[in-house]
Amino acid sequence: MAASARPRLPDWLLPWLSVLGVLVLFDVLPRIGVLPEAHFPPISKTLGTLFDQLSVSEFWNAVGDTVQGWALGLLVAAALAIPLGILIGSSGLLYRSVRGVIEFLRPIPSVALIPLAILIYGSGIKSVVFLAAFAAFWQLIVQVLYGVQDVDPVATDTARSFGLSRPQRLLRVTLPSSVPYIATGLRLASAVSLILTVTAELVIGSSGLGKEISQARSGGDVQLMYALIIATGVLGLVLNLVFVQAERRVLRWHPSQRRAAT
Amino acid sequence: MSARGKHFLGVGLEIAVPIALLVIWGVLSAGSKTYYFPPLTDIFTAFKDNWLFERVSSDVVPSLTRMFAGFGIAIVVGISAGLLFGLSRRARIAADPILEFLRAIPPPALLPFAILVFGVGNGMKIFIIALVCLWPILLNTIDGVNSVDPTLRETAYMYGIPWRDRIWGVMLPAASPQIFAGIRTSLSLALILMVISEMVASTNGIGYFVLQSQRTFAIPEMWSGIFLLGILGYVFNAGFGLIEKRVLRWHRGARASALG
Amino acid sequence: MLRVEHLGKTYGEGDDAVEAIGDVDIEVAEKEFVCIVGPSGCGKTTLLKCMGGLLPPSSGQVHLRDQRIEGPPERMALVFQEYSRSLFPWLTVRQNVAFPLRRKKLDKSKAKELVENAVKSVDLTRFLDRYPWELSGGMQQRVAIARALAYEPDIMLMDEPFASVDAQTRADLEDLVLEISREYGVTVVFVTHDIDEAVYLSDRIVVLTPSPTTVQEVLEVELPQPRDQVETKEQQEFAQLRAHVWRSIKRKQEEKKPEAAAAGAAG
Repeated sequence: MAASARPRLPDWLLPWLSVLGVLVLFDVLPRIGVLPEAHFPPISKTLGTLFDQLSVSEFWNAVGDTVQGWALGLLVAAALAIPLGILIGSSGLLYRSVRGVIEFLRPIPSVALIPLAILIYGSGIKSVVFLAAFAAFWQLIVQVLYGVQDVDPVATDTARSFGLSRPQRLLRVTLPSSVPYIATGLRLASAVSLILTVTAELVIGSSGLGKEISQARSGGDVQLMYALIIATGVLGLVLNLVFVQAERRVLRWHPSQRRAAT
Repeated sequence: MSARGKHFLGVGLEIAVPIALLVIWGVLSAGSKTYYFPPLTDIFTAFKDNWLFERVSSDVVPSLTRMFAGFGIAIVVGISAGLLFGLSRRARIAADPILEFLRAIPPPALLPFAILVFGVGNGMKIFIIALVCLWPILLNTIDGVNSVDPTLRETAYMYGIPWRDRIWGVMLPAASPQIFAGIRTSLSLALILMVISEMVASTNGIGYFVLQSQRTFAIPEMWSGIFLLGILGYVFNAGFGLIEKRVLRWHRGARASALG
Repeated sequence: MLRVEHLGKTYGEGDDAVEAIGDVDIEVAEKEFVCIVGPSGCGKTTLLKCMGGLLPPSSGQVHLRDQRIEGPPERMALVFQEYSRSLFPWLTVRQNVAFPLRRKKLDKSKAKELVENAVKSVDLTRFLDRYPWELSGGMQQRVAIARALAYEPDIMLMDEPFASVDAQTRADLEDLVLEISREYGVTVVFVTHDIDEAVYLSDRIVVLTPSPTTVQEVLEVELPQPRDQVETKEQQEFAQLRAHVWRSIKRKQEEKKPEAAAAGAAG
């Protein structure tokens, strides 16, 4: 608790220093032989490979395929989960009927369905979208249901007293007040959709970053493998940032939103 | 209808609807000639033949051992490191960009890396499960420790509580609701990574069995494996829910009284 | 026993620096009950935290029995205003009261005795094995007081401990604190913004100025002991003291910051 008198590094410098430190560490350790260079190429070489990839069309095709799988998976999940969630959540009886089903289906690891996806859809984009959408659907519908349940009953009663019909109430009251939950659900679903897309590429061999990473490893091109892993991480980071920003914007007017565990 | 009647109706529906769906599946698939969707009875038979208890020691036990080994490591490392970062503001600021980046990498993308470094054995699978499960626990612990009520911290400090008791008696319990949320997320990740790692590189385990069944066109067997994974997911989730409910009883009580 | 000398506390540095406490001198004698009053936001809590060794002062020092305070001293306990946040919600009443005793490394039976006696003093024996959140606000604050008592402090600092309980409970708690401070022979430094409370409880009142805080005046309270909620408050001296403190705070507030005073009166 005592204030320290010695001069300290300013806070803003710390993240830069730590990033620099990690980069230097992973560049030097392989070079001096502490980490085996066959498994851990110096990071400068990896970054060089990544930079070279930026002008390779196959790289961008792979990125495009992964983004496509992610986007379609999320889209299908959203198109199903949001209307269904609102419908189910706004009817007490319906909600009770399917709650048991949802509670039972939700924890099923979606990767268990990989063989089924291969059987039905083969190894193309359809399988990717099926798996990504299946996994993202549960993340999303749970949040939508929370959101609809959380609508202030006073607001619903007010709307009813003004003579709004049931569909009107859904549109005017239920939907807007569950928007923050839907935003949170979309963020979680986006992350899951990307995970399943990469998984499918890796396991099934659908084209995309996951497949490229796997091939780089089996082809012995370790630098390329790391470069592609970093690229996938950057993709994940960018997508996450987009959704976090969007969520923040939506949440600004809605203080009741709880922190979602990620 | 009375509130009580409604309640019973709700509980009844919650149980009846899943059963009804299963029965409908059974009826619709009876005598099914569709290759992908064998009769439900065939799936049940395959389930009984494989999982009761023929393959328990050859596939289920190795799978779950790897899963819980990785999960356990993630819990220990995640909470310890989370405490460290949570207690030091500057360490947290410094580590933030690196943690954010590592967390953003979709977990399966790290699988080839794990294979490269650890080969295809148990070590690789435990490593990848631990690595992936680490982030939710670590980040939630940091968050939890970081947001411990300053009054609680000051109370402990004022009474000169030794640091060991401050960690075990104050910081960890106060952060436990968030830590539990992180562990819950990690538990489902552990199961997922167990399956993926076995699909990609293994000679036993449930994930291996499911994919292998599909490749050898043993469709009822494949379905039985999917059923088993579903049941495991459900059981783990429910079991964890029970533990959480017990350990965090004070938390729900405190929150209810704060809202009331 | 407690001596505050030229204490100053400034938050931040350079242009952002805010001087919370200017220059404060206070002396508290053994077994004395001293109330510190002042307008809202005058740095009372900061002052108390400096006294308790929770905050390092920017200038000056605090001595407890001629020992300079640099961290929380062993013979001192602090009762916070936010009882619901200073009790550990995962511990029962018994465990909460016992928790600080870990520092003292007592044997089990001695610790148990201390805990049970302290809880008995605040009349909560029936609730020993309940959780704090199962109790009302006033009862929770009594648990916090019991926790302080079990710690066997020579001096107890209390930071607006009754600010968030209802009036009747508050009166009961005031009497409880007076009674146990005598019974345990403990010195009390009690921060409050309630002038009635200060006059009723004190042997001496320290009136603070608005921030940056200095001591405006120190008043001896010579109301007869033991105090009584009805009889004491009926006495003319009580009314006079009350009015005196009131004017003292108001006058200074208006001199220093007219706009702040207006806002304070409205709030």
